[in-house]
Amino acid sequence: MSNIPNELRYVASHEWIRDEGDGTVTIGITDHAQDLLGDVVFVELPEVGDKVSAGDDIGVVESVKAASDVYAPLTGEVVAVNEDLEDAPELVNSDPYGDGWFIRLRLTDADELDDLLDADGYAEHCESES
Amino acid sequence: MGNKTILYTQHVAMGAKIVDFGGWDMPLHYGSQVEEHHRVRQQSGMFDVSHMTVVDVTGSDARDYLRRLLCNDVERLKQKGKALYSAMLNEQGGVIDDLIVYLMTEPGVSGEWYRVVVNCATREKDLRWMSDQVTKMDVALTEQPDLAMIAIQGPEALERVKSVLSPFRQNLIDQLNLFQGQESEGWFIARTGYTGEDGLEIMLPDDEAEAFWKALAEAGVAPCGLGARDTLRLEAGMNLYGQDMDETVSPLVSNMGWVVAWEPSDRFFVGREPLEAEKAAGVKFKLVGLAMETGKGVLRHGQTVVVDSENEGYITSGGFSPTLGYAVALARVPFATADEAEVEMRGKRVKVRVVKPPFVRHGQKVYS
Repeated sequence: MSNIPNELRYVASHEWIRDEGDGTVTIGITDHAQDLLGDVVFVELPEVGDKVSAGDDIGVVESVKAASDVYAPLTGEVVAVNEDLEDAPELVNSDPYGDGWFIRLRLTDADELDDLLDADGYAEHCESES
Repeated sequence: MGNKTILYTQHVAMGAKIVDFGGWDMPLHYGSQVEEHHRVRQQSGMFDVSHMTVVDVTGSDARDYLRRLLCNDVERLKQKGKALYSAMLNEQGGVIDDLIVYLMTEPGVSGEWYRVVVNCATREKDLRWMSDQVTKMDVALTEQPDLAMIAIQGPEALERVKSVLSPFRQNLIDQLNLFQGQESEGWFIARTGYTGEDGLEIMLPDDEAEAFWKALAEAGVAPCGLGARDTLRLEAGMNLYGQDMDETVSPLVSNMGWVVAWEPSDRFFVGREPLEAEKAAGVKFKLVGLAMETGKGVLRHGQTVVVDSENEGYITSGGFSPTLGYAVALARVPFATADEAEVEMRGKRVKVRVVKPPFVRHGQKVYS
């Protein structure tokens, strides 16, 4: 069973969201997603300053198995991207909720957080897909 | 539920992610296929290839039968145990399967026989075809389903294998030439492989396989899955049946021209006539290597290769090369293709170099 931390929020497209409590969130892909992808070999992310809307296609994860789009789970402005993934994309596999994070977003509308799945909801969603 | 090799419980115990491969439940990886790939290039790794089909060819017409069945010529096997890479073609010159054939006796002796190893996904059609080709010859085909097969590959492979075997078998391995195998009390130990590294492929009775696999693991040989097997063979420029060639294409457009023995010119083999006609008319396509040395992205099976405004080809196998750190591919392109092309990837066109495979041998980049 994959690791689904309780303190995070999730979307059905397998991104996780951590509310940093200062109007920003950190975003990555879940343990379940990295397990399905296999070894990640490239990650393409948006740039700092980019404005994204919930549901936008904002990047690509290329693994040994397939290329998958990364979707913005929320609307906002990109305030940081994880540059370590440039040289060490394997961090997405080894530490998906930590050093393998993707971007940090300053939210346009914090109410959007209420639409996200909690850990149980996401676990159920994964179950339904398997 | 698919077929399971005798090593299945070992794979599960070692944490393998299991996938279906040609009807068999096989390990994809045991954690990270990229790490497994590096282990083979730098040290040693082992693969369960027991799903492959082993067929022994015996009878007084065994040689004549194989000279007719295969586009490569078993006459080239001059030494006991020597291996030959070949293919069986259909009457249109398409590739039914690629295979390895070993000469199991001294050449020319009475009782001369051969061992053929073909792919698992093609097992039924191969056996049917081989059987249909016997016609009136004195040939017996005997499948060996109770043999397990383990491939141990990498610069340290021979040493690690020897460390768990008897002095007799250690000596046998020391005597092996490249592309040669020898029998030893029910085992067949061959210096062959599918990775571009030195190594061994060992066939052994099912009931001895588990102990041998465990001993190898304890000796530090990393278990490796089909994922690493695919990236290793791709770097080594070796074809995968069903992707890089199949019944609809000839060996001449599959980088397998070297596998066709044209001489002696009076040897008939199935598919010879259409190949000669194809050659005479001028071969239209070729299978080349593509290297995407800059930019992010992974070349993948099925992507279109744009050569110029009028000509295009397609990627037959593509993937990320862990050794090189970028994507490489095999692609079938028009024969006149020069040294650059573009690949359509996710709505964009990316530049690739057109090169001659292999990409990597013995841990080093080898194309230029």
